[in-house]
Amino acid sequence: MDSIFAYSFVTKSLEGALFASITAGIAGTYIVSRRLVFLSGGITHASFGGLGLGHYLAINPVIGAAVFGLGSAVGMEYMTSRGKMREDSAIGILWALGMAIGIIFIYMTPGYAPNLMSYLFGSILTVTRGDLIALGIVSLVLIIYTAVFYRTLLYISFDENYARTFTRHVDLFKYISVALTGLAIVLNIRMAGVILIISLLTIPANIIMLFTRKYLRIIVLSSVVSFIGISAGFAVSWFTNLPTGAVIVTVLVIFWVIARGIRGIMAGNKTGINKKA
Amino acid sequence: MPTLFTIESLTAGYEGRVVLRDVSITVEENDFIGIIGPNGGGKTTLLRVVLGLLKPLTGRIDYTPGNLTLNQIGYLPQVAQGDTLFPVTVEDVVLSGLMLNKGAAGRMGRKEKIRAAEVMSELGLAPLARQALNELSGGQLQRVYLARAITGSPRLLLLDEPATFVDSSFEADFYDKLRVLNSRMAIMMVSHDVGTISAWVKSFACVNGGLFYHPHSKITDEDLRLYGCPIQLVTHGDVPHVVLHKHE
Repeated sequence: MDSIFAYSFVTKSLEGALFASITAGIAGTYIVSRRLVFLSGGITHASFGGLGLGHYLAINPVIGAAVFGLGSAVGMEYMTSRGKMREDSAIGILWALGMAIGIIFIYMTPGYAPNLMSYLFGSILTVTRGDLIALGIVSLVLIIYTAVFYRTLLYISFDENYARTFTRHVDLFKYISVALTGLAIVLNIRMAGVILIISLLTIPANIIMLFTRKYLRIIVLSSVVSFIGISAGFAVSWFTNLPTGAVIVTVLVIFWVIARGIRGIMAGNKTGINKKA
Repeated sequence: MPTLFTIESLTAGYEGRVVLRDVSITVEENDFIGIIGPNGGGKTTLLRVVLGLLKPLTGRIDYTPGNLTLNQIGYLPQVAQGDTLFPVTVEDVVLSGLMLNKGAAGRMGRKEKIRAAEVMSELGLAPLARQALNELSGGQLQRVYLARAITGSPRLLLLDEPATFVDSSFEADFYDKLRVLNSRMAIMMVSHDVGTISAWVKSFACVNGGLFYHPHSKITDEDLRLYGCPIQLVTHGDVPHVVLHKHE
C-alpha cells in the first residue's frame, strides 16, 4: 500500500514538474521579456475569486479559477491596449477584488472549509489527475503555438508598432498569448499556490537572461531550470511536509542568487552582456 | 522620373479628430523628401497612412502608378531607444524586416540570414550581429533599426525622426548612408531639424494639418511663413545662425 502510494506520488510529481516547467519556460519568458510580471500577478489573484466561487457552487474550483483567470487576462489586455485606464491601478484593483471575492465565497460555503493554506502556498497533494491532464494540454498548445508563430510572437513582443507593418493580427496574437498565459497560471495554482506562482514563472527566465539574450534559448533553458527547481522542491516538500510552492520558490531563489554570483564572476573577467542592466 | 504613388485630397485622423486635411502629393521613385512641421501637425499620421496602418477618412492613396505594394515599404518608427533589455540580438532585429514578405508562421532560414548579413555589413553592423541591444551606442542602435527597415529591399523608405538619439558626430555618417540608399529607393523622412537635413534631402514637405510641398532642398524663413508652417528654421551657412520665428 505504502509503495503504491509512493509510486503514484512520484509519477504525479514528475508529471506536474514537467508540465509546470514547460509553462514556466514559455509563458514565463513571455511575461518577463514583455514586462508583464505585475499583470500576471493580477491575473493570478483575480483567479482566486474564481476558486472561491467554484467552491461555493460546489463545482471544480479550477474551472471557476480558469474563467476568472481568462476573463481578467483578456480584460486587462483590452483595458491597457485601449489606454482607458492606468495599467498598474487597474491591476491593483483586480488583484484585491479577486482575493476579496475568493475569501468571501470560501467563508460563505457551508460545512467543510477548504484548506486556504494549500491554495495560497500550493500543495502537490491536492493536484488531481484532471489538473495534470489540463496542464499537459495547455503545455502542448503553448509549445505548438510558440513553435509555429515563433518569429511573429517574438517581434510583436519586442516592438509592437513595427510588427503592425507586417501583420494585421497583432491584437489577436496578443489576446491569444495573454489568454494562454492566464490558463497556464491558473492550472499551476494548485501546485505552486496563488501567492507564489508568479515567482515560479518568472525566476527561471530571469536566471537564464543573466546569461543569454537569445529568446528561444531562454525558453528552453528556463524550462530545464524550472524542472530541476520544481522537482527538488517537491522532494524537499515531501520529506519535510512543508508547502510545495514555498519550497519551490525558495529553491529557485537560491538558484538565482548562485546564478548572479556566477554572472558577477564572469563579468569580472570580461565586459559582460549585462553591463547596463 | 516615374511616379511611385500619389495621395489625392486625403483627410485622415483618429476617432473624430481630423489631423490631416486635403493632402495631395505625388512621390516619385528616388525622391528624398524631408517632412517638416510642428508637433501634432500630422507628420507621423501621414507616414501611418502611407504604410496602410491608418485608413483615410476621405480622399485616397494610389499605389498603382508605381505598382507599389505595402510589403515594399520599409519603416523606421520613432523610437525612444526601445526596450534594449528585451532578449533579442542585432541579427534578430534585422531579420524582422524580412517578415514583410512572410506570413505569421514565417521562419528564418539560411537565405534570410545571408540577406541580413549583407545589410549588416553594408551598414557596418556585421561585428555586432550577436550582440544584445543594450550593448550598443545610440548611433549603432539607430543603424540596427535602419537595417531592419531595408532588409526587405523596399522601394520606399519611411523614417520618423531617425536622428533623435544619434550623436551629432555620427549624424552626417547616418545621412550619408541614406544618400547611398536613395539611389535604390525613395525616402520620406520626418525631422524637426530643417537646417541639418536640408543638406541631404532633395525636397521638403511641410505638414501642418495640410501639406505644402516645396520642390527644392533650399527653404527659407519666407517660404515657411508662406506655407503657414510654424517651425524653427536653423540655417548652416558660413556664419551659423538661428532664426526664431513664431507664426500664427
